Amino acid sequence: MNRALTLIRRRLVGSIFVLLIVVIGTFLLLEAAPGDAVDAYIVSTGGDAGMIELLRHRWGLDQSELTRLANYLWALLHLDLGQSVTFSRPIRDVILERLPTTLLLMVSATALSFGLGSALGIYAGARPGSFRDRFLSIGSLALYAVPGFWLGLVLIVVFAVDLRWLPIGGIETLASDKTGLARAVDIAAHLVLPVSALGFIYLALYLRMMRAGMAEAWRQDFVLAARARGLSRRRIVLAHVARNALLPLITMLGLQSAQMLGGSVVIESVFAVPGLGRLAQEAVASRDTPLLLGIILTSAVLVIAINLAVDIAYAFLDPRVGAGEAGA
Amino acid sequence: MSDFTISRRTLLSGSALLLASTAMPAIGWGQTPKKGGRLVLAADSEPRNLNPAIVASNGVFFISSKIVETLAEASFDGKDGLEPRLALSWEGAADGLSVTFKLRDGVKWHDGKPFTSADVAFSALQIWKPLQNLGRTVFKDLASVDTPDDLTAVFKFAKPTPFQLIRNALPALSSVVPKHIYEVGKIEDNPANNAPIGTGPFKFGEYKAGQYYKLTRNADYWGKDEPYLDEIIYQVLPDRTSAAAALEAEEIQLAAFSAVPLADLDRISKVPGLKVISKGYEGLTYQLVVEINHRRKELADLNVRQAIAHAIDKDFVVKTVFLGYAAIATGPVPKNDPQFYTADVPTYPFDVAKANDLLDEAGYIRADDGKRFALRLLPAPYFNETKQFGDYLRQALAAIGIDAEIVNNDSAAHIKAVYTDHTFDLAVGPPVFRGDPAISTTILVQSGIPDGVPFSNQGGYKNEALDALIAKASETLDTTARTGLYKEFQKQVAADLPLINVSEWSFISVARDTVGNIANNPRWAVSNWADTYLAG
Repeated sequence: MNRALTLIRRRLVGSIFVLLIVVIGTFLLLEAAPGDAVDAYIVSTGGDAGMIELLRHRWGLDQSELTRLANYLWALLHLDLGQSVTFSRPIRDVILERLPTTLLLMVSATALSFGLGSALGIYAGARPGSFRDRFLSIGSLALYAVPGFWLGLVLIVVFAVDLRWLPIGGIETLASDKTGLARAVDIAAHLVLPVSALGFIYLALYLRMMRAGMAEAWRQDFVLAARARGLSRRRIVLAHVARNALLPLITMLGLQSAQMLGGSVVIESVFAVPGLGRLAQEAVASRDTPLLLGIILTSAVLVIAINLAVDIAYAFLDPRVGAGEAGA
Repeated sequence: MSDFTISRRTLLSGSALLLASTAMPAIGWGQTPKKGGRLVLAADSEPRNLNPAIVASNGVFFISSKIVETLAEASFDGKDGLEPRLALSWEGAADGLSVTFKLRDGVKWHDGKPFTSADVAFSALQIWKPLQNLGRTVFKDLASVDTPDDLTAVFKFAKPTPFQLIRNALPALSSVVPKHIYEVGKIEDNPANNAPIGTGPFKFGEYKAGQYYKLTRNADYWGKDEPYLDEIIYQVLPDRTSAAAALEAEEIQLAAFSAVPLADLDRISKVPGLKVISKGYEGLTYQLVVEINHRRKELADLNVRQAIAHAIDKDFVVKTVFLGYAAIATGPVPKNDPQFYTADVPTYPFDVAKANDLLDEAGYIRADDGKRFALRLLPAPYFNETKQFGDYLRQALAAIGIDAEIVNNDSAAHIKAVYTDHTFDLAVGPPVFRGDPAISTTILVQSGIPDGVPFSNQGGYKNEALDALIAKASETLDTTARTGLYKEFQKQVAADLPLINVSEWSFISVARDTVGNIANNPRWAVSNWADTYLAG
């Protein structure tokens, strides 16, 4: 337990610097993008010079970049994410409204790609070079090569339009007043397609890593020893080979969480899922700098937390890894 | 019923469709309107401010026109193209200094309070004139609104204002909001901006960000037996491909504002139970325009502008970029406008040889590599069609030795580059014609507009004769004389080409057969849908 605590303390100190760099970097990047929130707004309304000046003043865009950055950081210090210019609501509320949806999507998709990927990896790696090994490797690579939005559209056309087994998009039936279990089932049905689209893409990664790890483990002395002891093949695969191949996958899990957030931007748009990814895209398009900063900050915290959890898990799974090395 | 469910072939054969459509009377479907039901339709964007009195834009109207009503609505067969809503009649004084509105009796706000002339006066003076994107121009000389009784509102203008302009502005600019709700606190921060309260056939129900807007039936609506629908749900579908799929899967019954891309219409029109409708947007015409930066010495030369105009095959653009769902433009007023349009303007038939001759004469001789000069071309990113036309224009310019480099931006960056920074040579823009050239059309060519004003002349074009004509038209009260001046305006713009009008288009709706009374006015998608119903 002590080891974990040391790890957390070290990480927290480092994280603050990471977050600060993320915030300032994002702010500067957005400032470098031509056009501000008012430019984005008047695309759909038009307006005369007076109205535009009025809007810039109301949204605080007539202040210098430095002032706005300083104001933002000062508010952040007080744990205040500020006000969204496009939603005219506190950013914290806007993000909290979307976060659970994205988390649900991400966790489900990660579970799918990790669970199914490693299981298939074990299945393929149990008999390296066999037909099923080759079939699964090539099949998963093909999935990995497919763009997410395309896979999403194909799933929609097949399962929602032609077969009508599943809803086409959204997170739940609109204005249905469902509660309790009925609502949970409804949400689950809505999640099947987006989770599949997001999860299947990353499945190949886990499958191939698992397979490669197993191929490596097969050559180890302890496998030879296990065979010499007369253990069944099944037991050797599960208890000795797969278990050792699992460790790098855990590392991958942490790295993957960041990519998954990026992938959710596309999938959320295709499936009209009201999540954080879509919100981020809208924030960029509408040049809502504080909103985007809030989203990036939330995502950064999320990714840091997941990686911390992975490191802690690692420390427990593999006694060789001490708190000292884990930070490196 | 086949009168306006159209096939692509009929459209291709007649791009005069936009023209003809205004003449067609509203046609019934041969079904009796049925009460009840929930209409689910696609929404591609989520306007944050739903107050149409502040933000007069189609995105806002699409939702809030069902909740908040205007004084009058556009009509195919009404007098002056209008039909009464909150106002029963409107009359302008001969001196142009006042307009008298007689208001509808017995109208109630959604919270039960009576609607009176005080609400109209408040909306006009406190919102349309100082805050509304379009009203700030049209109502700039509005000095006061007299309310001699609860059902009469008299608009008083400080300077003579053409009654024709006010009349034409009514459908889009005259949304009336309740004074008793808005007189407390700052108007811009009022919660009713996000949950509007109006007099319309539907009440605001609920908004779930990223998911839907729900409107519910107003049982106390003034229209007899109206509205028919119990609920309207706008399902937010940000991806353009998903609207077509949702229609096919019967999850939605209607996709308006061309939510289904043009390229999908041919296929979707063959799906049983779905109909493609190109009517109901005549009052919302978008114009495909080549904006020109006259600060570039080459483009300041009329010969060069004429050469560019001759190099564009407008017919090809209509057939290929718009797949026939558009009409060829001749000038700054669209053909389907019933009041102002004139075809009697200089035209520029597609003629590459002539374009090349004009450029040779102007002294821009082809260099050894066949190029005369290079320029930056910025297509507006708001519509697929503006981007595709940008690609076409680049090729068309290459044929006459002009080397155009396409610069792609997102919306905010495009607005800044063209209208504030002027870092463009040519741009492709989609200005909107709003029923009167004085609302948002003359500003496209008029000089003296400050930097940063979008959809205005930011190309540095200055023509004193044209400026004088615009000024004169803006203070001419007589409708016939005023219309005549705008016809002259079209001629001068087409002759001097401050910009090049290429084509005009409106939107397409795709709906289930069960949706009735679709497209029965020229601004149908942004009208109140009191008579829309679901059969079967």
